[in-house]
Amino acid sequence: MSILVLAEHHDGALAGATAHVVAAAQQIAQHDGGDIDVLVAGEGVGAIADAAARLDGVSRVRVADNAAYAHLLAEPTAALLAELAGDYSHLLAAASTTGKNVLPRVAALKDVAQISEIIAVESPDTFKRPIYAGNAIATVQSEDALKVITVRTTGFDVCPDRGTEGGSASVEAVDVVAENSQSAFIKEELAQSDRPELGAAKVVISGGRGMGSGENFTLLDGIADKLGAAIGASRAAVDAGFVPNDMQVGQTGKIVAPELYIAVGISGAIQHLAGMKDSKVIVAINKDEEAPIFQVADYGLVADLFEALPELESKL
Amino acid sequence: MKVVVSIKRVIDHNIEARVKPDHSGVELTNVKMAMNPFCEIAVEEAVRLKEKGIASEVIAVTVGPKAAQEQLRTALALGADRAIHVETDERVESLGAAKALAKVVEAEQPGLVILGKQAIDSDNNQTGQMLAALTGLPQGTFASEVVIDNDKAQVTREIDGGLQTVELSLPAIVTTDLRLNEPRYAKLPDIMKAKKKPMDVKTPADLGVEVASKVKLLKVEPPAERQGGVKVGSVDELVDKLKNEAKVIS
Repeated sequence: MSILVLAEHHDGALAGATAHVVAAAQQIAQHDGGDIDVLVAGEGVGAIADAAARLDGVSRVRVADNAAYAHLLAEPTAALLAELAGDYSHLLAAASTTGKNVLPRVAALKDVAQISEIIAVESPDTFKRPIYAGNAIATVQSEDALKVITVRTTGFDVCPDRGTEGGSASVEAVDVVAENSQSAFIKEELAQSDRPELGAAKVVISGGRGMGSGENFTLLDGIADKLGAAIGASRAAVDAGFVPNDMQVGQTGKIVAPELYIAVGISGAIQHLAGMKDSKVIVAINKDEEAPIFQVADYGLVADLFEALPELESKL
Repeated sequence: MKVVVSIKRVIDHNIEARVKPDHSGVELTNVKMAMNPFCEIAVEEAVRLKEKGIASEVIAVTVGPKAAQEQLRTALALGADRAIHVETDERVESLGAAKALAKVVEAEQPGLVILGKQAIDSDNNQTGQMLAALTGLPQGTFASEVVIDNDKAQVTREIDGGLQTVELSLPAIVTTDLRLNEPRYAKLPDIMKAKKKPMDVKTPADLGVEVASKVKLLKVEPPAERQGGVKVGSVDELVDKLKNEAKVIS
C-alpha cells in the first residue's frame, strides 16, 4: 500500500520539514514497498509542488490548488485528506502546528487512531514516540488499516533533493474541493525576526533566572547572531517576567532538539530538561557548580555569566 | 450559552515520570496526580467567560477512572457549575475520549467546548481536533486569545513562527495554549462549596461508545541516558571543544 505525505509550506516555499517526513515515509516503505505520494494543498502552490517532486523517493505529487486550501485551515484540509485516504495505508505529516491541527481531525473522520510525533519506525505498524515530554519512549502498534501519523522532524534525517538533473515525480492535479463555511482566515502575524524559530533552529541559546532581568537577555543577542541561533528561556525566567511565554523551552513550553543548546543561568529543573535534553550537544554556563543542568551538559562552564557571555561573543 | 470544558487527570507536572521496571508503562502508584496544566487553562477560560456574562453555565467533563473525580472537584472549585464523569478503567486515548465527549456535546448542546491542547502524559495533542471532526464543528487549536462576538468566535492561534487568527462559527471547539490565561488558585471556601455541586456519573456504555484504545502499547522505556559531560575551565576551552571536538560550530 502507498503512503501520502502532507507537504508543509510557508511563504510560497516548500518547508524543510517535508523532507524529514518523506524520509520517515521511506523507512515505512522499505518494509512493504509502497509508493510515496506527496499532497501539496494550498493556493498558488505550483512551485511548491515542483520542489516536492524533486524529493528523493517521491513517486507522485498531488496538487490541490484552490482558494479553499489557502492557509491550510483544518476543516477543508482534513476533509480533503479524508477524501483521498482510501488510496493509502499511511497518512503522514510533520508534527508542526499545521500537522497537529489537521491530522487528528482526519483520523477521527476516518474513525482511526492517530499516532503523534513518531521518532522511529520499527515496522509499518509499529513506531516509537516520546511520552511524558520525552521522559519515556513508548513503542506503539496500530491495529487500524489506515495509519495516521505525525512525525517529529528531529527524529529523521532529510531525504535528499534529486536536483534539477535527477528526474522528478509526476505532478497531478486533485480536483476535490472541500466546502467550508465554518471557519475563515482573518490574519497572520509572524514574528519578524531574522533569527530562526525555536523549534527549527540548529542552535538554541536560552537564559534562565540567573539572567537577572529582561534587559540582560540582550547579552544573548550577539552570540545568537554569530551562531544563527534562536533564543529561548526557562520557565523560571518567564515566570519572573523577564521574557514572554512563547520563548519558554520545557515540558509546558517548546520542545527543542537542536545540534547545540546553550543554557545560560539555568539551574536545570525537570520541567526545563524535558524540553531540551534531546539536543545533540548541551553547553551549560552557570556560577553554581552544583546546578543539576551540569548533569546533562556535555560541556559545563562554571562562571559568572556576565563575564562569560561577552567573552564568548568576542571569541566566536 | 453553555460552555463544556474537558479535563484530564495526569501525573503532577512537577514530578519526574519514572518508567516501571517491567517496561509496561510509567509508575503512577503513590505518585501525586493533578489536573493537566493545559486543562487548568481551559477551565480558567470557561470561568472567565461566565464572569463576563458570555457563558451561562460551565460544565466540566472528564473521561477516566474514579479517582479523576478529584480533578472534577477542582474544576468545580475553580468555578465550573456542574460536572460529568464518564467513568472507565480502560486505557483511554484521544479517539475514545473524543467519542465520549461527542456524546456529551450532543446531549448538552454547548456553544463552545474548551479543552487543553495536549495532556502532559501521553503528549498526543489530538482530542480537541477529533472531537471537532466527530461533532462536525470548526476548531480553533492552540488558542492564545478567544473573543466571542454573537454567533462567532475569533480565535488567535499559536502557530510555528507566530500567531494566526481565524473566525469560527459557533458552536466551536477550542484548545488552549499556554498564553491564553493564567489560571487562578482555588480558594478554600470554594473548595468546600465544590463538594456540594452536582456531579453526574456515566459509563461509556451509557453513552453508547467504546473508549478503549486501538493502539497497543507494546513497551515503555526510559530515554537513552546522556553521557556525563566534562567541565571546561575557560571560555577559550569551551570554544575549542565546540569547534574541534563536538564540531557544532565553525
